[in-house]
Amino acid sequence: MVKVDLDKVKEIVEKVKQETLEEGDILINTLHAIQDYYNNFVPPEAAEEVAKLLNIPVSRVYEVLSFYSMFSIKPRGKYVIRVCKSLPCHVTGGREVMEALKNKLGIEIGETTADGMFTLETTSCLGLCGVAPVIMINDQSFGNLTPEKIDEIIERFRGDENA
Amino acid sequence: MPKSNVVLVSVDSNSVLKGAKYFKNLFQQLVDEYKLSDFVEVLETGSFGVYKDGVIIAIYPEEVYYEIKDAADVKKVVEEHLLKGRRAKDLELDAELFTRKLSVEAKKVVEETRIVLRNAGVIDPTNINEYIARDGYMALAKVLNEMKPQEVVEVVKESGLRGRGGAGFPTGLKWEFTMKTDADQKYVICNADEGEPGTFKDRLIMEGDPHSLIEAMTIAGYAVGATKGYIYIRGEYYGSIQNIQKAIKDAYEYGLLGEDILGSGFTFHLAVRLGAGAYVCGEETALMESIEGKAGRPRLKPPYPPVSGLYSKPTVINNVETFVNVPQIILNGADWFKSIGTESSPGTKVFSLCGNIVNRGIVEAPMGTTVRDLIYKFGGGIANGKALKMVQTGGTAGTFIGPDKLDVPLDFDSMKNYGVSLGSGVILVIDEDNCAVDVLKNAMEFFEHESCGKCTPCREGTKMLVHMLNDISKGKGKREYLDAMKNIASTMLDSAFCGLGQSVPVPLNSMLNNFEAEFLKHIESKESPCGICKFEKPKKKLVKS
Repeated sequence: MVKVDLDKVKEIVEKVKQETLEEGDILINTLHAIQDYYNNFVPPEAAEEVAKLLNIPVSRVYEVLSFYSMFSIKPRGKYVIRVCKSLPCHVTGGREVMEALKNKLGIEIGETTADGMFTLETTSCLGLCGVAPVIMINDQSFGNLTPEKIDEIIERFRGDENA
Repeated sequence: MPKSNVVLVSVDSNSVLKGAKYFKNLFQQLVDEYKLSDFVEVLETGSFGVYKDGVIIAIYPEEVYYEIKDAADVKKVVEEHLLKGRRAKDLELDAELFTRKLSVEAKKVVEETRIVLRNAGVIDPTNINEYIARDGYMALAKVLNEMKPQEVVEVVKESGLRGRGGAGFPTGLKWEFTMKTDADQKYVICNADEGEPGTFKDRLIMEGDPHSLIEAMTIAGYAVGATKGYIYIRGEYYGSIQNIQKAIKDAYEYGLLGEDILGSGFTFHLAVRLGAGAYVCGEETALMESIEGKAGRPRLKPPYPPVSGLYSKPTVINNVETFVNVPQIILNGADWFKSIGTESSPGTKVFSLCGNIVNRGIVEAPMGTTVRDLIYKFGGGIANGKALKMVQTGGTAGTFIGPDKLDVPLDFDSMKNYGVSLGSGVILVIDEDNCAVDVLKNAMEFFEHESCGKCTPCREGTKMLVHMLNDISKGKGKREYLDAMKNIASTMLDSAFCGLGQSVPVPLNSMLNNFEAEFLKHIESKESPCGICKFEKPKKKLVKS
């Protein structure tokens, strides 16, 4: 279990509040910041604290967290791999890239590797169709992919981790 | 002292993925090593609009373009071009690619016409001074000093500018409605939730020329009487978010945002809000819900945003590309704008060329450019010597057309007149190696995933469509599915709550009508005719011995 530091949550909320134009426009930006801080997920305790600080019902925060596909309330891998599933990638070799990822990691879409390193997700178009097929690993993008390049990329991430 | 040579490295996100940042640093390093730094400046810029396998760079004042694939290429360009003053021929790209001209019907010549992209690939997007040097913020100064809000609205109305997000609603009318609604607070929103598959124009505008958007939104604020604005950007667009945030910060420092802009007494504040992975938030009222910190489900219309938008206040909401046209219209006048494009759709359109095409990238061409010219003249034709099978125009919510419709001129009326949609300007080329069933299944899975679940026709309709297409792709399809799918689509058109569900019939019907034979083949044959769909083997009956 991740230990949630309530002071840190408060600090994040205060920071996002400084960019606000209207009260009420900061929930999603706040949740992004919290998710970045806790490495790819929003712990329920942090979500409850956000509700308290913003004076909104917890149910509203959960609705938002479950509606948007970038958010998760379950822990995910250290690296979230988002595979573009849209047509421009699909017709330029995206099918093979998707299969290569599943085989390489030994998991299906929505699953996390046993070592907690990678979570595999699909995403809709990332607007990088000039270099399709494309994946994102956390905030980094990779384009012009082939099954061979997938192999390389995953090995590189694993290597960095063990180094 | 100004330096005699400038090396421009395009560092839009597509290029960064090919090592643009690394190459730029390497250029700088080599320039320093060869002690050329007094003469040569290495700068970052946005997209040149063309994508090759490598990263494209330009050297001025000669205006020579090179394609850089690895470190050795960088070295070669520095040693040959910069040091010895001769061109590295084998890396050089045809300059024609960048000033693309093409002849249409041998009479009038269509050229790439840059209004929206005029600064992309020319300036350093993170440097406000470079934008200002290219007449940046001049339109804002003109508006604040010389024009009444009413006059600004009139010019935009007169120009005939229509919404570039896909729907094509006249921008001036939107502004006029908002201006005329009395309220204590109004808002301007930029819809930068670019999510229509195949569209990457807004991303490149925001990464390549962020200040033009800020200037345009401030003008809109002045015209309609709004003092606050939001740019709603997709959460996945890290590069755009960064550049826009930097640009906003710089604009505040220069007094081009905030209180009393340019001493005019006009106040305008701007902030960025992020999406979090929901296509439906591109629908304007869903987007407003999202800014308000709620799940992004669309609202009932009317009332429309100019009457009751964000926080129930009058709101102007436009696409990135739409906004960016405005400063140029203010500076050059409505007649200039109307002289470009077609009568019903003045101006240019930024097209995103993608799929199995030689030159993937963006091109800004006058409205009314044909699909054929976009693919063959600007796009260089079909990749890998394959034959063209179909084109999807306008995005995943757009039409699938066969090679017989390539001569349709694209503008806002081409859907009505020829059944070919302009949408967000996507030209997705699909070659002979692809299967119509598989492609349509992919498109419908997209809608199933992105349906927000609020209304039944869309939530259940998309599920049933995917179910039937799945069956067909596994060899379990039935003939009656074809009519059933069209039926579901027409129900969705009539009864879905928002544009997402209502647009599903566009790709579905165009595909079924243009490629029916291929669907029938899948339904009637025992084995997959395309090699992409995987047919399930019929279960063998056990024979007792």
